[in-house]
Amino acid sequence: MAQPQPKVYRYGRDINTDLILPARYMMFNEPEDLAKHCMEDLDGDFLPTVRYGDVVVGEENFGSGSSREHAPMALKASGIVAVIASSFARIFFRNAINIGLPVLELPEAVADFRHGDTISLDIEQGIVKNTRSGNTFQATPYPKEIMDIIRAGGLMNLIKQQATAS
Amino acid sequence: MGMTRSEHILARASGKARVAPGDMVVGKADVIMGNDITTSLTVRILDANGITQFADPDKVFIVMSHFVPAKDIASAAMAKTCRDFARKYNIKHYFEAGQGGIEHALLPDEGYVVPGDLVLGADSHSCTYGGVNTFATGIGSTDLAAAWTTGELWLRVPETIKIVFNGVPKNPWVSGKDVVLFLISQLGDDGALYQAQEFHGEGTAHLSVEGRLTIANMAIEGGAKNSIFPCDDKTLAYEAGRAKRDFQGVEADADADYVAVHEFDIANLEPQVAFPHLPSNCKPVGQAMQEKVAIDQVFIGSCTNAKLEDLRIAAKILDGHQLAKWTRGVVIPASHNIYMQALDEGLISIFAKAGFAVAEGTCGPCLGGYMGVIGEGERMLSTSNRNFKGRTGDVRGETYLASPAVAAASAITGYITDPNEVAPSGTAAALTQFTA
Repeated sequence: MAQPQPKVYRYGRDINTDLILPARYMMFNEPEDLAKHCMEDLDGDFLPTVRYGDVVVGEENFGSGSSREHAPMALKASGIVAVIASSFARIFFRNAINIGLPVLELPEAVADFRHGDTISLDIEQGIVKNTRSGNTFQATPYPKEIMDIIRAGGLMNLIKQQATAS
Repeated sequence: MGMTRSEHILARASGKARVAPGDMVVGKADVIMGNDITTSLTVRILDANGITQFADPDKVFIVMSHFVPAKDIASAAMAKTCRDFARKYNIKHYFEAGQGGIEHALLPDEGYVVPGDLVLGADSHSCTYGGVNTFATGIGSTDLAAAWTTGELWLRVPETIKIVFNGVPKNPWVSGKDVVLFLISQLGDDGALYQAQEFHGEGTAHLSVEGRLTIANMAIEGGAKNSIFPCDDKTLAYEAGRAKRDFQGVEADADADYVAVHEFDIANLEPQVAFPHLPSNCKPVGQAMQEKVAIDQVFIGSCTNAKLEDLRIAAKILDGHQLAKWTRGVVIPASHNIYMQALDEGLISIFAKAGFAVAEGTCGPCLGGYMGVIGEGERMLSTSNRNFKGRTGDVRGETYLASPAVAAASAITGYITDPNEVAPSGTAAALTQFTA
């Protein structure tokens, strides 16, 4: 049987970190413990249906609010492989990059995607395809400093590499 | 082309003569802070990477504030992770509940952050310190681990928005909180995304440092990277007897470049109330009052509004009054020193006699932690900073944001109330946050 195609969870604007991972679970810091509560206050269908490879799509100001890294950790541990949004709150953006969860700012793609659409992704090339509409979108490349973190597999790996090199 | 305040600090911290918006710089920080929640995750990251050496342990600050004193067994384990780490490395600037408080009240109030600093804090409200002319911004736990390890962090130099407050509020109950709620309602919840906010004008010059800290605190609610006030006579007076280090404040050059300039006349501003579920969803208190919004719980606390001036204002209104019959109240002074000063001034006694539950030095229900989490269908009027759905408790509850004055007035009547309705404005004159 063929694997189901990765699908899109499409949400609106201002999806804040309290919705992504409520504070009442922040005494936990194991990714799998966080994943059990990801998005539970926003979308009751998320946890029962999410599969590895799926993508969250949001509008403006995705990840606003608290600096909790638990939020991108929970998304990643629940199987989400990328977040696409019209814009990101800056701390969420940093945290996601730092833990190796790709985040793509792509307003045109956001406008095209509907909840439940199927998607194919090429993160390395920054290419997003909506396999329902057939439309393809190209993300703006990251600046070098951010690309270095992504290539190293996260900020701590980069720091260790730099420490070894010097 | 000259530099803004933020650019001056980032240039200094990165050893450059000048920086411009969009530049990536590596900034050496003066204070690198984590709280109990973010530090526990950072300890896990440091352990996983085998890191045992820190660039400058005296710049490491750990402030226990969110789930302490431990609210349950899991929180106790989390706090112990931080405590064990601090003991292992003999961290000088480790603050336990009952000695420290909420980081964003503690650090400026006790002079640990001073003008001209670059401050990195693993808590989104770390932007608060911009109230005392620092470049201060929120980071996550991996950034915190990196900054503790290397003493520095990469930062993109933000564009700066210049915000000019013309006029001085005539209504003496108007405070820094009302100004920032109004600002967010005008610019939007992401109106300053990735950007620095720089404050100018007569209204800014007249505002007390505690009022400035409240405005800077909520920069993140407008999406800003940081927010920065001048280093003027009010700042110098505030730092006298507080500052733990020598400092050199910054001012923008006359020809600094701003991505936008917003001018607001705040002379006729009324107290503001943010309705659910966004801080930008503001109404003047007179209009809010007409809706007769009944309040189940009033919370006077958080890093936004539980400093000494806030408590004095609330106590002035509550003195001799009782909470309305079906309204309950929680007061949490933002730090241990503030709590002790409030004790000495008799403020705690006023809150206790009015029927408030009084605690100290924790974030409490602001983030739905404990000591006042709300239930299904309940309404809380809070002096905190976020009224997102589910933030303070049950996802079917509602949070309204306002100043300590509006919170105190509403506690007496049981519904959202203009302070002028319960306390003559003459009583506010000595307490106003706007003075020459």
